[in-house]
Order: sequence, then structure tokens, then C-alpha cells
Amino acid sequence: MTPSDQLDATFIALADPTRRAILARLMEGEASVNELAAPFDISQPAVSKHIKILERAGLVTRSASGTRRPVKIEAAPMKQAVDWLEKYRQFWEASYGRLDALLAELQTPVNTDKSRKKKDKPNA
Amino acid sequence: MPRPLTIATPGDRQIVVTRQFDAPRDLVFLCYSRPELLRRWYGMPEWTTFVCDIDFRVGGKWRIGQRSPDGYELASQGLYTAIVPPERIEQTEYYDDDWTRGGTTNVLTLTEQNGVTTATMTITYTSPEARAAAAASPMAEGMEIGFTRLDAVLAEEQPH
Repeated sequence: MTPSDQLDATFIALADPTRRAILARLMEGEASVNELAAPFDISQPAVSKHIKILERAGLVTRSASGTRRPVKIEAAPMKQAVDWLEKYRQFWEASYGRLDALLAELQTPVNTDKSRKKKDKPNA
Repeated sequence: MPRPLTIATPGDRQIVVTRQFDAPRDLVFLCYSRPELLRRWYGMPEWTTFVCDIDFRVGGKWRIGQRSPDGYELASQGLYTAIVPPERIEQTEYYDDDWTRGGTTNVLTLTEQNGVTTATMTITYTSPEARAAAAASPMAEGMEIGFTRLDAVLAEEQPH
């Protein structure tokens, strides 16, 4: 998978609330499918299906040995998705933070002679 | 005071970013339409803008490129498809590395009430899969990820 394909798979896997809840549980530590199914009002096979989708996205792994076969969260793809999202929000928050400062400057009377005549006061 | 920015994902191909500004909308419109003003605020924190070419008319081309402190370059370009001063700008956007898979259509609307302007940017992707790569903050918020670096950036960016 390319990094972009990985990101797609991650976001598609994370689009479902049950899968997000499963991941939140796994952040506390590994768990068996039965343990993961317990808090949900859905069947154990349905939970298994969600886990398969998370597995395909590389977000979780299941150990091959033992009957319990605990499910474990994989940090790297999660980190990639979260980093991407942080950048997206950071981009707009930071851009608009600078736009606030620019708008304030453009509306400050002492600076208006530089670029633009101040308009009539809005509270007139 | 900084106003909370909201990011919503209506439908299966859109992202909507909304923010309010303490300024009349003709001024906000100006900051989007003049390259010398746009380059002063648009972009990643601490990145430098190495190109900001704006042919601000319907059918006109625009191109913005930024460079990270470690030298990575990110650039996108497109056409202005509709301009209604001071309330609406529509443009297409294609990233050089095509991470949006066919580009996006970006519509900015500006409304003003009591001297406060609300900017609503609606970004429409070509497919649900393309947006999935960008679908954003509800997931992050659901997982209670803290944007701690952002707080530092915003603190620095506030006018003194």
C-alpha cells in the first residue's frame, strides 16, 4: 500500500462508530474478540467482521497462536491518520489566526495610509 | 479573540470549514483576492510562500506554493470559476502531487452581520474515497486527540 492508500484504508475503517469504540477499548490494552463484543448490542460475528476491516487497514493485529487470539492495536497507521488530521485543522486554524491579525491591522487607523483608506465607521 | 473554527463533513464528498472574523466582509473578501494580502495569512505555520500568483477574474489562473522549514514543497493551482464581490468565490484546486485524486471545487461564501463576517468554505471532492483521505476532525475529536501544538501556534499568532 502507498502512504495515500494506507490513509484511505485508515479513514474508511475509522468512519464507523463501532470500530472507533473497539479501537478506544484497545488503546487500554489487548483483548479477545469476546471481550471486545461484550459492551456492544451486536453479535460476536458482527464484531469479528469489524475487526477484520480494522485488520485489513493495518490498525489492529491478532496473534496467531492460542485459542484466545487477542487483538492488539497498531500504533503506526493510527499515528499517520491523526497526524494528517492535525495538519488539516492546524492549517486552517493557523491561517485564519493570521487573517485575524491582518484584518485587525487593516482596520487600525494608523496603518490605513499604507494600503487602504479606512471606510466609514460601522457604528456610525 | 480567536473564534472557534468548525469542520463538518456533510454528504459523502464535502468538507465545510466555517470561521467568523471581526471585520466587514469587503475587507475579508479583499484578503482572499489580493495576492499581497493572501500570502500574508494563507498556509501552513512556519512554511514560506514561494509562489502566490493570482489572476483574480473568472477564468483566471491561480497558483500557491509553500515550502516547509526542511525543504518540502507543497503547491496547488486552479481556476476561478465564479466571483461575486464581496460574497462569493468559486475555484478549482489541484495539488501537484494529486492527493485529492482529481482535484476539488472550493466555494467560499461570506456573510456579514453586525460587523462580523462568517466565512464558509465548502470543499467538494470528486468521490467519497477522495474525501475519505481528508475526512477529518469528528474522528479526531471522538478519540480525544489534543491539538496541543496548535495552542502554541495560535498564541504566537495573536496580535500583541
